[in-house]
Amino acid sequence: MKGLRHGLAIGLGYLSVSFAFGMKAVADGLTPLEAVLISMTNLTSAGQVAAVPLIIAQSSLLEMALTQLMINLRYALMSISLSQKMGDDMNTPRRMLFAFVNTDEVFAVAASQPEKLEHSYLYGLITLPFVGWVMGTLLGAVAGQLLPEFVRTALTFAIYGMFMAIILPPARKEKSVCLVVVLAVMLSCCFRYIPFLSGISGGFVIILCAVAAAGIGAWLFPVKEDAAP
Amino acid sequence: MSFSVFLPYLLVMAGVTYLIRMLPLTLIRKPIRSRFLRSFLTYVPYAVLGAMTLPDALYATSSVWTAIPGVLVAAVMAWRGKSLLSVAAAACLAVAAAQGIMLLL
Repeated sequence: MKGLRHGLAIGLGYLSVSFAFGMKAVADGLTPLEAVLISMTNLTSAGQVAAVPLIIAQSSLLEMALTQLMINLRYALMSISLSQKMGDDMNTPRRMLFAFVNTDEVFAVAASQPEKLEHSYLYGLITLPFVGWVMGTLLGAVAGQLLPEFVRTALTFAIYGMFMAIILPPARKEKSVCLVVVLAVMLSCCFRYIPFLSGISGGFVIILCAVAAAGIGAWLFPVKEDAAP
Repeated sequence: MSFSVFLPYLLVMAGVTYLIRMLPLTLIRKPIRSRFLRSFLTYVPYAVLGAMTLPDALYATSSVWTAIPGVLVAAVMAWRGKSLLSVAAAACLAVAAAQGIMLLL
């Protein structure tokens, strides 16, 4: 029950973000069924947003795999971190089920619990975020097209607002994060505006920018020894 | 695009994303030792989201002039640590307002 309650706020938040995703995916050329299937099997906002243009352009599967790997690499960190907090009842099958819905927000709530995490809590925690994510996508994919163009364009912007809400507060606090973000933005602008580089496909641009910016950040500002990943 | 073209992409993206989440949780029981690797992994999400936000957000609307208010409002709200939902909502409202003004001009 405690898990369900904690998951409710996440689920409600996901409704609106996934609504924007569903709407954008259908506007870009996917069917509502395809958009919902992506949300049911991926549960990753940034990864899904990056995937739609790759599918539409019929990019290579390797590019898709590498793009998802880079964008979603942070989940590996979160899973590593949570693996230290698993209760004794979290055997391998239960870990495998929970891992499916280990999103940024689920991780943030789970990691902030003082006690060890048991399966009853974790299952409750992931239920409503999953439902919210899928339902929001469905609503956006089906009903999004009924909204006037004016409203649709404005709603599409929700995703970028969300990205900024995730990266800017830590960037303000840590100059290392700030440097990494600025470097990544500068690099992605280079790939957009320098004619020789602008032919490179979007998925690879994100990978190249992220590896370079995070690499330089790690080289100049190694994280402190005691800071758990 | 037919569903048979779509399906391999779905399987690849879902498979990669799931393995990233599942393998560390089931296999790795000790913390990573390499300081560089841990630092790199810490910074990756910020780098990814930064690269995905700009300059792409500028071209998310029909005109750069309706996107810029959205970017600015979202940036200021996010910098001040406002919640995810309120930043997203304010960005949408800023774009809607800018579109309204463009229509009147």
